[in-house]
Amino acid sequence: MAYSIVILPLIGFLISSILSFFKKNSSIDLASQIITSSFIVISAIFSFYIFVDNMVNPKIVSLEIFTWIYSGSFEASWSIYLDTVTRVMLVVITFVSALVHIYSIGYMSHDESIPRFMGYLSLFTFAMIMLVTADNFLQLFFGWEGVGLASYLLIGFWYRKPSANSAAIKAFIVNRVGDFGLALAIFAIFIIFGSIDYEVVFDAAEKYKDVTISFVGYELNAINLICYLLFIGAMGKSAQLFLHTWLPDAMEGPTPVSALIHAATMVTAGVFLVVRCSPLFDISPSAMGFVTFIGASTAFFAATIGLVQNDIKRIIAYSTCSQLGYMFVAAGLGAYGAAMFHLFTHAFFKALLFLGAGSVIHAVHEEQDIRKMGGIGTFIPITHLMMLVGTISIMGFPFTSGFYSKDVIIETAYLSHSSFSTYAYLLITAGVVMTSFYSWRLIFLVFNGKTRMDEEKYSKVHESSGIMTVPLMILALGALLFGFLFKNYFIGDYSESFWDHSIVVHHEEHHHIPFYIYYLPIVLGFFGLFIAWYMYIKNTKLASDIAKMNKPLYEFLLNKWYFDELYNFLLVRPAIAIGKILWKFLDEYIIDGFGPNGIASLAINLSNRAKKIQSGYIYHYAFAILIGLSLLITFFIFKF
Amino acid sequence: MIELNQFLILSALLFTIGVIGIFLNRKNVIIILMSIELILLSVNINFIAFSYFLNDLTGQIFSLFVLTVAAAEAAIGLAILVIYNRNAGNIEIEKISALKG
Amino acid sequence: MTASLLSFYIFSAVILLSSLMVISSRNPVHSVLFLILAFFNAAGLFVILHAEFLAMILIIVYVGAVAVLFLFVVMMLDFRTGLEKSNILQYMPIGLFVGVVFISELIIVLINTKLELKNIQILTNPLSNFDNLTNTEAIGSILYTDYILYFQVSGIILLVAMIGSIVLTLRDREGVKRQSIVQQLERSSQIELKEVKSREGVDI
Repeated sequence: MAYSIVILPLIGFLISSILSFFKKNSSIDLASQIITSSFIVISAIFSFYIFVDNMVNPKIVSLEIFTWIYSGSFEASWSIYLDTVTRVMLVVITFVSALVHIYSIGYMSHDESIPRFMGYLSLFTFAMIMLVTADNFLQLFFGWEGVGLASYLLIGFWYRKPSANSAAIKAFIVNRVGDFGLALAIFAIFIIFGSIDYEVVFDAAEKYKDVTISFVGYELNAINLICYLLFIGAMGKSAQLFLHTWLPDAMEGPTPVSALIHAATMVTAGVFLVVRCSPLFDISPSAMGFVTFIGASTAFFAATIGLVQNDIKRIIAYSTCSQLGYMFVAAGLGAYGAAMFHLFTHAFFKALLFLGAGSVIHAVHEEQDIRKMGGIGTFIPITHLMMLVGTISIMGFPFTSGFYSKDVIIETAYLSHSSFSTYAYLLITAGVVMTSFYSWRLIFLVFNGKTRMDEEKYSKVHESSGIMTVPLMILALGALLFGFLFKNYFIGDYSESFWDHSIVVHHEEHHHIPFYIYYLPIVLGFFGLFIAWYMYIKNTKLASDIAKMNKPLYEFLLNKWYFDELYNFLLVRPAIAIGKILWKFLDEYIIDGFGPNGIASLAINLSNRAKKIQSGYIYHYAFAILIGLSLLITFFIFKF
Repeated sequence: MIELNQFLILSALLFTIGVIGIFLNRKNVIIILMSIELILLSVNINFIAFSYFLNDLTGQIFSLFVLTVAAAEAAIGLAILVIYNRNAGNIEIEKISALKG
Repeated sequence: MTASLLSFYIFSAVILLSSLMVISSRNPVHSVLFLILAFFNAAGLFVILHAEFLAMILIIVYVGAVAVLFLFVVMMLDFRTGLEKSNILQYMPIGLFVGVVFISELIIVLINTKLELKNIQILTNPLSNFDNLTNTEAIGSILYTDYILYFQVSGIILLVAMIGSIVLTLRDREGVKRQSIVQQLERSSQIELKEVKSREGVDI
């Protein structure tokens, strides 16, 4: 069964790719959609089965498929390693992927290359599954790169749009920076531990606590270095603070892509990495402090930008970025179970929000600017309801999934004594207000109030078909119920047996939390709702007035804290300049000039000149004879 | 007493003048032929001088043959010149460049 | 200053000057005349060197035949005298330079060489053999005996030159009636011999 979970998406990808080579034909489209979707659905059912099975009889399963590299002491094999973390991730991945596949059947029904899209979705799923079922760092890296590739292919799916192409490249390159950190970390792991197998590394981690390694001339603590580098990889993949610039631009891809990759799965690969390497992180307090710091800063930073964005997908993208920060805060404070729990619930309500946004975009004829929407709630009631469910989950309304997962993180931050915990607590609490505010702002501006669309489009607003709304409803169920259902397993009383040594679980005695701390997030959530309601329903001029009064701050937030411009100035322009020098000067002038072109023109020049010796005049030839004779005589005179 | 060297220097000078005449003239082809005669004359002087100073008659015999060949060659050269003039219409040096590469 | 030395200097000076004039004279007729002058003076030099036969041959053959031939050709062809002299200046520097180099090399060689003529023992035709003969007789005695082969060869060379010149310059003039012996002899197929009885005619 485990094999089929891994193989089915791959087969789906291969079949779909072959189908994509044929000319567009509605039966081919239908075939690719049905084949890929059904394969993923089967995978999802199997994953759910093995997840529940594990809850009942926890066990770790490791199946080796075959050996990949066997070179001296470096061994790596393709294998499927199933422990609790993996099974949780598999459920998330396959479940959301299956729903996205089904949703895409409806959303992309008018697209001209459907088999290609479905194939890429399956490819992505396969790579992600490879990533989470790895039992050594090399297979993890393979999956890591694979999802990066799939992300590139999917963001740039509409390759005729130049903005899509550049967004895809941007995503890939920023990811690359992170990947470089990850690669260095794997090298360091191999140097220190002599192996890249999880079991070997994690079992031996404690023994190597004080080993040092030399890195760019400095002697550093090896475990610290490894964890920092691993986290840099996670920063790239999960769009944390300095490597976040690709996530908003990744919204160029179709909405199902955003839902699958940039909400539920790929961006959580970073969190997965940190949680998976929890034995390593646990003995490196400074790396954990760094993780907390970055996570909290990202949570705050992304939320501030999300306050003022006008593109519906970008708001949700920044929301994702911010929630990932929450997950890293949890991981950095040692609460790996909480991080995984938030990952689990976030996948559901974020995918719900994205797919809902896709439905909205579909309804208003591909308009994505919320300033041009409004008042369409009555026309698309199901979508409206689903978006409401997602929003109350993310704001932390009591008893929704988001409530349980977010609040446990906030409590951990309050109770913890690790470095940066107070910093984290303050920032993520502020984040709660902002999260609630911008989520409700989105709802109010899109669905309520007087419309700002033009008449013609307004009259054509209609609900999406069942094939798109049913996934929404399933996700809504998850967003509402899974928190309550699984809370005890992830973070509660059963957590230790649930996780069963797959991650480090800290025995935190339940310190008594002052009740105002416990209720504060709920209050702040409602506070954010109230402000949003006031600004966008009651007194709609207030928003623009505030913006005008604080123009610099508004511009600062609207332009994403000018990070893109900063990076452009610091990195992109010098790189382009260097490239230009290397190209124009070195390559064209020097190498071409002295190489092929130069030699060719030299040959032509010389032969043109040599041609003139044959003038045809005999006296020239006689003269040449004379000169030769003189030279000969001179030579002989001076020889003697 | 005349030294051998003097004759040899004279012959060298005459030779050089002949050689210069071949490639320094821009006028016509006849000059070339006359320069060739000068060269041959200088060689003759050389032979005769050596014959005298070595007390050997071989030089004079050889000089006789040189004379013969020079005459033959002048005749043929002039014949060619006449034919060329008949075909080309003139005998300007500048125009004889059929060997041009 | 003996007479021979003086006359040597005069002769050689005139030779050099006239050869210079040969190559630099504007009028080709003048060039030929200067060439003749050079030949005459060379003959004089030969006389100084006790080679009278050669001196006279020089005058008879060179001046009398070759130079006259030159004159004929010069007068026959259409020379454009005074052609553009501009090109000379282009080449003069390098030409003169090379010439000067050449001469100076030759002179250096000649001045520095001390030819030990007294030590040359092997002589082919030492003059002592011809003590009582004139130059002409001396030459004749060895030319037709030891060097007969070369003599014949030079004769053939002259023959070839003659044939060559005639072949080159012969012009066929149309309209001239000539006999072609070959054609005449080939007429056998067109000739029939008939015996004719007297007083009887025959049909042709």
